[in-house]
Amino acid sequence: MDLYTRRLLINRFNLVVSLLTMLFGLFWLGWILFTLFKAGLGGLSAKLFLEMTPPPGSDGGLLNAIMGSLLMGAAGTLLGTPVGIMAGIYLAEFGNRGWLAPVTRFISDILLSAPSIVVGLFIYEAYVVRVGHFSGWAGAFALALIVVPVVIRTTENMLRLVPDSLREAAAALGAPQWKVIVLVTVRAAKAGIITGILLAIARISGETAPLLFTALNNQFWTSNMNAPMANLPVVIFQFAMSPYEDWHKLAWAGALLITLSVLALNVFARVFFRSRTATY
Amino acid sequence: MSAVVNPLQGQAQADLVAFMSRSISDASLRKQHRLDQLFRHATRLFAFLVLALLAGILIALLVGSLSSMRTFGFGFFVSAEWNPVTEQFGALVPIVGTLTTSAIALLIGIPVSFGIALFLTELSPKWLRRPLGTAIELLAAIPSIIYGMWGLFVFAPVFASHVQPFLNSTLGAVPIVGVLFQGPPMGIGVLTAGIILAIMVIPFIASVTRDVFEIVPAVLKESAYALGSTTWEVVWHVVLPYTKVGVVGGIMLGLGRALGETMAVTFVIGNAHRLSASLMEPGNSIASALANEFTEAVGDLYLSALIELGLVLFFITFVVLALSKLLLLRLARREGRMT
Amino acid sequence: MNAAVLQPVEQALTQKIQVKDLNFYYGKFQALKSINLSIPERKVTAFIGPSGCGKSTLLRTFNRMYALYPNQEAKGEILLDGENILGPNQDLNRLRAKVGMVFQKPTPFPMSIHDNIAFGVQLYESLSPREMDERVEWALTKAAMWDEARTKLKQSGMALSGGQQQRLCIARAVAVKPEVLLLDEPTSALDPISTAKIEELISELKSEYTIAIVTHNMQQAARVSDYTAYMYLGELIEFAATDELFLKPRRKETEDYITGRFG
Repeated sequence: MDLYTRRLLINRFNLVVSLLTMLFGLFWLGWILFTLFKAGLGGLSAKLFLEMTPPPGSDGGLLNAIMGSLLMGAAGTLLGTPVGIMAGIYLAEFGNRGWLAPVTRFISDILLSAPSIVVGLFIYEAYVVRVGHFSGWAGAFALALIVVPVVIRTTENMLRLVPDSLREAAAALGAPQWKVIVLVTVRAAKAGIITGILLAIARISGETAPLLFTALNNQFWTSNMNAPMANLPVVIFQFAMSPYEDWHKLAWAGALLITLSVLALNVFARVFFRSRTATY
Repeated sequence: MSAVVNPLQGQAQADLVAFMSRSISDASLRKQHRLDQLFRHATRLFAFLVLALLAGILIALLVGSLSSMRTFGFGFFVSAEWNPVTEQFGALVPIVGTLTTSAIALLIGIPVSFGIALFLTELSPKWLRRPLGTAIELLAAIPSIIYGMWGLFVFAPVFASHVQPFLNSTLGAVPIVGVLFQGPPMGIGVLTAGIILAIMVIPFIASVTRDVFEIVPAVLKESAYALGSTTWEVVWHVVLPYTKVGVVGGIMLGLGRALGETMAVTFVIGNAHRLSASLMEPGNSIASALANEFTEAVGDLYLSALIELGLVLFFITFVVLALSKLLLLRLARREGRMT
Repeated sequence: MNAAVLQPVEQALTQKIQVKDLNFYYGKFQALKSINLSIPERKVTAFIGPSGCGKSTLLRTFNRMYALYPNQEAKGEILLDGENILGPNQDLNRLRAKVGMVFQKPTPFPMSIHDNIAFGVQLYESLSPREMDERVEWALTKAAMWDEARTKLKQSGMALSGGQQQRLCIARAVAVKPEVLLLDEPTSALDPISTAKIEELISELKSEYTIAIVTHNMQQAARVSDYTAYMYLGELIEFAATDELFLKPRRKETEDYITGRFG
């Protein structure tokens, strides 16, 4: 066949393949979500939120795990966010001279994609071993370490989006640099920074590995952050890998719960960002 | 203040002078300068904290692996032995498992992601773009433990009963390469883990690729079309080379995720500390070994060996990510554009 | 450039800003070459010239805005009321209290209209809430915006139209009672009606403030300014009373630009 026809055929072929890849992606998404709902929906009852994790063979809920996840998630976010925001401000506003900013950015990006299980190992070695026992605090620290690079990246990016003319306008009035940053620049980037924090929360909600050897798990209710603490992901792991049917059911319910929260947070973050972002 | 030379308006000027000398005192200016310093140092401190964190991780891992490093030395990396009873540990199986599963993930993930990005930017009707893009990003948001559970309870059985026998008989029969695909159809194993990793990695690579495809200037594509190119030719010969920096970045991001992924792999890789030629056999990855064995490890040497595994994983990920950043910097500089 | 060609100004006028041998660098690139000129007090001086000629760069040396960026450097002298503002001891915040600036793109802060104006004032004075309200009203009146804004003071500054935002920025700059106002292409992002309003504002403001305006619109320069400086490729080519420069330019380069032969 001549060159022209061949080119047309190649084009058509590749475009069809591209459509197939799109369907391929959607297929997995659909299958996973379908499975999740089918297996987990039945377990979603009030009981889930009212009872503790049961021993095998009996009925129960996930209350202590949910509480633990909420506590550690909140603590981790509260610890990690200020660090992330301050470092992000440094990178965006003071970062054009010297070596510290490029190096910090480099390292933050690496920590962002680093295996979260290594973060758990680090907290184990640096804290759990020293204190002598697993604890909710250890889990919170591990989660905070995951929050920090996410918040740094989003804070820096959002601050960079603020046009220089705004900074200059404030400087032209004679405002000292810290006022320009805190009262004008950060304020202008507020929506984006908050979105970044929301995304960080969504990220740590699903993390299992860093909690495996820090917070461990706890069959019972505890609000003592200094003791091993139940949390949803590790409970799901334990229950799913076990041979017990009722544990499996709880695991699926828990998995559905986590997924719904994460998806809701993601959607909310997006909607929030779009509604609050001013166009300059 | 210096004398203001001005023969004009008495009162307005007098007001101004009074106002100036009253309100901007040297003391208040000094205080502002001090606050500026304080603020700058505070943010700097937090930036240093990030550095300290990295150093801390390295040190903690090194210290923890000391006894293992002293006992096994370099043999650690080439030994496939993993026996908690005799306290003989070797990292070969987990390392090979990590690298293999990641390689499978990329082999499947890169072409698929490219296809998805192509679809989203060139083929999809405008109104579908946002929902489809969001759908792909949702794949990335699903926590990895869900992938693990789905993989073990849903995917593996289907894989074992429908796909693996097929692979066994077709690809398994091909000389040389076939060895990779021979084995009992158990559902779990290195190949399954690789496939699930691919699904997890696709949204990352596809999103980044789509993002960089979208910022290709329309005039560039139009010039190619104006010469009579087909859509495929425009994408392959113009868009892709223009965006290769970003695309490589996206791939590296995906690779980083694949290397470190724990929960999804742990559920389906089979946790067998033995090396086999077939992908369909169970194996182990560093992350899954850690997840499975760490809390039950007894004995200092066992723990230390596991920590050394963690160090190796961190090191591999670090090198991959660092290389990708340097590569991106070099490519960007060469083309005169900073990404 | 030879100073002899450049100072037709009557002796009775005070020179608010005197530029002596100013050279400016962006890294290795020299953007301003040996600029010598004087800006008379309480008059409007316009800077015109093709893109890249250095007019904005020159304007931004007057309040040392370039100090925000690491690779930008000015050498020479700029005297504001006789004091060299390029000196190492010059306090930047104090300088910017005297010399205000309005930018090309309107830059309302992400706060209410009232707070936008209060922001600058609070840097220098502690006023009671009522005094502040009075100052806000005064500034908005000066910017010919009081009637439009009086009911919207609590609304975000970003909710205004482009022309209103720019007048808000002028009100904000004026509220701190500077002596000099630098306007960097203040109307180039605005529609003709807003532009006309702002030009009217400029002629009112010049009775109290020294105004330097950069504009790429020659007709605007002819309309609003008392003196005009023509710049090209970083050099000051000619400086004269506006009528003289436009009707009887002394340099051929000036004439070529004005008659549209290039640029």
